[in-house]
Amino acid sequence: MKLTRREFIKGSAAAAAAAAAGLPWRGEAANVVTDSAYTHLKWSKAPCRFCGTGCGIHVAVKDDRVVATHGDIKAEVNRGLACVKGYFLAKILYGKDRLMRPLLRMKNGRYDKNGEFTPVSWDTAFDVMAEQFKRVLREKGPEAVGFFGSGQWTVWEGYAAVKLMKAGFRSNNIEPNARHCMASAVAGFMRTFGADEPMGCYDDFEHADAFVLWGANMAEMHPILWTRLTDRRLSHPQVRVAVLSTFENRCFDLADLPLVFKPHSDLAILNYIARYIIRSGRVNRDFVERHVNFRKGVTDIGYGLRPEHPLQRKAKNAGDPGASEPIDFDAFARFVDAYDAKRVSALSGLSRKQLDALAELYADPQVKVMSLWTMGVNQHTRGVWVNNMIYNLHLLTGKIATPGNSPFSLTGQPSACGTAREVGTFAHRLPADLVVANPEHRALAEKIWKLPPDTIPAKPGFHAVEQNRRLHDGLINAYWIQVNNNLQAAANLNEETYPGYRNPENFIVVSDVYPTVTAQAADLILPSAMWVEKEGAYGNAERRTQFWHQLVPPPGEARSDLWQIVEFSKRFRTEEVWPRALLDAHPQYRGKTLYEVLFRNGQVDRYPLADCDPAYRNDEAQAFGFYIQKGLFEEYARFGRGHGHDLAPFDVYHQVRGLRWPVVNGRETRWRYREGEDPYVPAGSGWRFYGKPDGRAVIFALPYEPPAEAPDEDYPFWLTTGRVLEHWHSGSMTMRVPELYRAVPQALVYMHPDDAERLQLRRGSEVRVISRRGEVRGRVETRGRNRPPPGVVFIPWFDARLLVNKLTLDATDPISKQTDYKKCAVKIVPA
Amino acid sequence: MKRLHRSILAAVVLVGSAWALAQGALSWGIRGAVPVPETHPAPEWPRVEESATRRARDYPMQPPTIPHKIDNYQVDLNAHKCMSCHSRRRVEESGAPMVSVTHYMDRDGNFLAEVSPRRYFCTQCHVVQHLARPPVDNDFKDVGALITEAADRP
Repeated sequence: MKLTRREFIKGSAAAAAAAAAGLPWRGEAANVVTDSAYTHLKWSKAPCRFCGTGCGIHVAVKDDRVVATHGDIKAEVNRGLACVKGYFLAKILYGKDRLMRPLLRMKNGRYDKNGEFTPVSWDTAFDVMAEQFKRVLREKGPEAVGFFGSGQWTVWEGYAAVKLMKAGFRSNNIEPNARHCMASAVAGFMRTFGADEPMGCYDDFEHADAFVLWGANMAEMHPILWTRLTDRRLSHPQVRVAVLSTFENRCFDLADLPLVFKPHSDLAILNYIARYIIRSGRVNRDFVERHVNFRKGVTDIGYGLRPEHPLQRKAKNAGDPGASEPIDFDAFARFVDAYDAKRVSALSGLSRKQLDALAELYADPQVKVMSLWTMGVNQHTRGVWVNNMIYNLHLLTGKIATPGNSPFSLTGQPSACGTAREVGTFAHRLPADLVVANPEHRALAEKIWKLPPDTIPAKPGFHAVEQNRRLHDGLINAYWIQVNNNLQAAANLNEETYPGYRNPENFIVVSDVYPTVTAQAADLILPSAMWVEKEGAYGNAERRTQFWHQLVPPPGEARSDLWQIVEFSKRFRTEEVWPRALLDAHPQYRGKTLYEVLFRNGQVDRYPLADCDPAYRNDEAQAFGFYIQKGLFEEYARFGRGHGHDLAPFDVYHQVRGLRWPVVNGRETRWRYREGEDPYVPAGSGWRFYGKPDGRAVIFALPYEPPAEAPDEDYPFWLTTGRVLEHWHSGSMTMRVPELYRAVPQALVYMHPDDAERLQLRRGSEVRVISRRGEVRGRVETRGRNRPPPGVVFIPWFDARLLVNKLTLDATDPISKQTDYKKCAVKIVPA
Repeated sequence: MKRLHRSILAAVVLVGSAWALAQGALSWGIRGAVPVPETHPAPEWPRVEESATRRARDYPMQPPTIPHKIDNYQVDLNAHKCMSCHSRRRVEESGAPMVSVTHYMDRDGNFLAEVSPRRYFCTQCHVVQHLARPPVDNDFKDVGALITEAADRP
């Protein structure tokens, strides 16, 4: 508390005077308040607002303000711990520049793309926005509107957005920023297992004998999972930790096997390990024969660049990059046999001894091994392949879906799993792993949503990077961005994102809590409620669905994203957005608003206000007159119940510290696909990968292929981007917490001291970092927490002053369409 | 007098930003006045704040920040530099505060003979503070201030 000296003296003097007169001062001792009327705090649970770990946080509220946060002792995930960001969560709501009113670019009292931001009412904001969306829908049709959300949407916000876009506007152009984050993981899961999300869970940390980090810097990005891993390693000295990364990071402090490899060579290393397992006779034959198929993927698949890019033109299989053909075990063995120690050492920079030590962790049948990865693998032009190839190792050895044997894909955002992936807020998806391209899946969605057949379009929408390109080219013209800072986050800011947002043909709406750079590039800014200013649900990386209540009111006129989506739907009548043929065939939908069709359908509006917990406020339920969160959740849950994605009844989640789906007969599932743990696995089968029709997972033969851009004479350094512990994502929340800001006040350019010396730079020197696409300025750090090898520089992306995505290339994995943020070429010159 | 100056300055800034808002030229948060397409110069190299006095916490559970430099402190499989001053048996000699009792508890809440390995890496919660002024202030209110406000209400 910052007391001024005058306040302090005044308070002390009053207390002293009262005490001297024998009078109680405000019912307290001289200097300690004891009256419970003043000291009582209302504590409630909420999942953390930041990463995909999904820690339980205990939140204290006093007089409608959050006054304290700490790790929830009852939460299974973190048992009382929080990282430094979690401890300071209380302050993320209170940055001084919270957006409180809608702001519209205006000139002479009217909307103007080149006008100045002017406060307007919600009515005006929605009037202008509806006019723009209607104009674009009328003139160009549903493919010209788009919605870009995130893995930070609550479950019902993402679900409402999907309904508004896919059914209301009949546009599949809805994407989450999870495309930048988890798309390769998703495609990896679908290709290998036919079903998204990990089979194991965090309990694996307490059972594993070895941990292998594939590029993940868990010590900074998943700090609380790192505490569980550290606890296991240090309490049980026989446990081993292998850390693979393209530069030394904090995880190396715990590494028994520290492995710095050359960028992109993970593909070769993984094939070497498969070869080692086979050559040393440690394939789990019984498991492989009963539960695995082998396939060979097509190669030379391009780099997900614009079609006219020379690299795309050259690629043979850019048209169908996910294709594959069946092979047998022997063919797979022959395929990986080409990855011998000599070749892989040359590609990776690792010695044969290092490679064998790593491979032995997988090969030794006595070692329970947990593989962990996130952006190093997913943000990779061959990210899907790397996901597939990690599963190869666990499938060859049968080390999967049992306690401690766990290929575990970590998640970056608090609800990348729960919302983006499970609700399916992607251009090609529907809830519970369903896809728009499948007519049966569309029919099921239309039935659950009580909509006429053929409402949902069959053609997948445009993925995130393609949306940016289409904004740039003026093909998408009305665009709504919620819960993310995509101008800072998307690759190739100068050439694609910024020109797209400022394209005079486009109307860009940004809903946010703070004036981010994305908001700055918008035409209309809508002020949002955040985190505990609304009732919410997130799903973390171990399939745990967690709820929280609204604990405080949002400031000013800020409203939740859910309210914004549903309220906006009132502005559209079916005749304005659906084709005449559809309405002629189903005239009962004529004359209705999208609000009535989508949200007053007898299901979403089924639960009365009386069902809300009277101990908490619920602004959205009050605004619409029914318990909308419950209605949306229960309708959504129908997609997954009985299909391997079972969620518990709504009210249960407000009582418990989350449950891991599938939740069948009140029981959560810790290890999927394993008999005895997963209710969907029939007795006597041992394992069943029921995402695939024949119950078998797939081992893929996939090669090493070079990256899209590599250092050369002109641009001699690899640039890799990432995060730091103290800031989350683009820093829009954490940079406004004074303690976190002062902990890491700016993004630094981490480089090797020899490189710095050669360029006549010192620690702290200001440099220009330049790629073929742009330039940024930052200061050199040669002794910090990240220690790159010569030829590599690392820059985190949280700092809006150092927009590192001006440098990155929008090359993507051709299968997942996820951008590679870890590899592009730059040069460095003194500023 | 100094305080008065500051409030006048604050008022000027406030009026200024209201004007800027009306003009649409919001002082954009972290980037300030530098437009996105332009290159923002790097802020000054941050120095670590070293303070002899204890820093107040916003609430009792908040992990204290580190009031000294920790450059090149070794905390790994081989050594734990922080505990050479902050462990229970070293504080008498070092004068440093002892790590909290919670740090001796395992995942199940049992007290161990030594610091729990789950608390091994101090910097997951405890961070140094640099002499750098955040570009945006924070309006978090200490619960003590709220209590005073409540008590002052008629």
